[in-house]
Amino acid sequence: MPERRTFRDLIAANKRNSVLLMLLMFAFFLVLGGVLGGAFLVPPDRLWEGVAAGLGVGGVAAAIFGLLGWYGGTGTLMAFHGARKIRKQDSPQLFNVVEEVAIAAGVPMPNVYIMDEAAPNAFATGTSPDNASVAVTTGLLEKLDRNELQGVIAHEIGHIRNFDIRYSMLMAMLAGGLVILSEVLLRASFFRSNRRSSSNRGGGNQLQLVLVLVGIVLAILAPIITAIIQLAMSRQREYLADASAVEFTRNPEGLAGALAKLGGDKTPMECSNATESMFIVSPKVGLRGGADDLFSTHPPIRERIKRLMALR
Amino acid sequence: MLYWIIPVAVTVILVFFVVGIYNGLVRRRKEVDNAWAQIDVQLKRRCDLIPNLLETVKGYAAHEAGVLEKVTQARSAAMAARGTTEKIAAETSLGGALRSLMVQVEAYPELKANQNFLALQEELTSTENRIGFARQHYNDSATNYNTAIALFPAVIFAGMFGFRAAELWQITDAAEREVPKIKF
Repeated sequence: MPERRTFRDLIAANKRNSVLLMLLMFAFFLVLGGVLGGAFLVPPDRLWEGVAAGLGVGGVAAAIFGLLGWYGGTGTLMAFHGARKIRKQDSPQLFNVVEEVAIAAGVPMPNVYIMDEAAPNAFATGTSPDNASVAVTTGLLEKLDRNELQGVIAHEIGHIRNFDIRYSMLMAMLAGGLVILSEVLLRASFFRSNRRSSSNRGGGNQLQLVLVLVGIVLAILAPIITAIIQLAMSRQREYLADASAVEFTRNPEGLAGALAKLGGDKTPMECSNATESMFIVSPKVGLRGGADDLFSTHPPIRERIKRLMALR
Repeated sequence: MLYWIIPVAVTVILVFFVVGIYNGLVRRRKEVDNAWAQIDVQLKRRCDLIPNLLETVKGYAAHEAGVLEKVTQARSAAMAARGTTEKIAAETSLGGALRSLMVQVEAYPELKANQNFLALQEELTSTENRIGFARQHYNDSATNYNTAIALFPAVIFAGMFGFRAAELWQITDAAEREVPKIKF
């Protein structure tokens, strides 16, 4: 039987996945804290005290990190991409288009941001439709006509209405946190091995050595694990946001035209792996290719246009 | 014996079940009301926009007086209209009058170079879109609500609690179906 899911089911699933993701983040911080504490904090004979201290520190760090991300995530992301918040008089047409589509979607008017960036692109973020933001580049405003802009904004508001923003915000936080943590782990293990060889207290606890090894393996695996989680959900979400855009505007041509322009544009744009999946098309020009690349966060643009035009 | 607990438990479960259905219906009806209010907001926005627009157009295209007059009349009629049916008719004819005005002014290049006019044109385009989208959202949520009150078992309670089907905003005028294509 073909799977038939409504947007309501999808939104429920997104909220559920967000909770799972938060639990996963918390568990990961705890594990890392324990491993770090046991491996580096104390001499081998007091290993378990180190693990306990590490767990405590990990738990507190996770709580702080989570709160900062939830309440300050939008600000951080916008600052990271050099986006500034605008009011209506700064770009009346953009503002109008966002308001129109918000009406069509039945969500409150999101905050609007502009990034000074020649490459045409856009993303949405926030924790819920009541607290959401849309950011577009100046390149997007220059290169698209009104209908195409409406299509892009409708895609972003689709992400907002479907609660994709909450999930991808947590995902970006997780990815960012993991990058930082794996750096710390790798550095700490180098530091540890230096100190070990110079002081040469000898003996050394077998278990502590194991923890050091686990730490190094985690540091290497963490970014790969995040990438896999990101890929698992990201492409399907893009198709769904495209479909939502058509649900709002009843005009597949607008978004299809925009995607064709965005896909054909070769202006480079700086972007980190942590936020790549948030954009409407991948900021990495090479990854917009025709082939369905296994490591791509977005489906190929040709396929997206094909599915859009089939929605009529 | 505790046999009395069975009817009590069944009653409690039933009450929760009915309350759940009732709250679901109230939520949907509220959404319909909000969507209707949004249409009103956007229609008012259009009426507020017209005096400025007419003032600007007059300066360049004075001998389109007939079209301008039609818009003014349609606006007054729309603002005076009471009741849903009358309102829909009046707003539809105002939309038509505005569209023909925007087609007429295509012939005035100086007007189309005027910054003030361009800004107004953007506002008008956006307002027409908003009205269309607000109506679309209203019709979608009204359809959702109408389906919800017609489905079993909600249909048993819907009538009892006074949930009546919402009326859709049908498009009567064929010209209204066409999305206005305003070129830039």
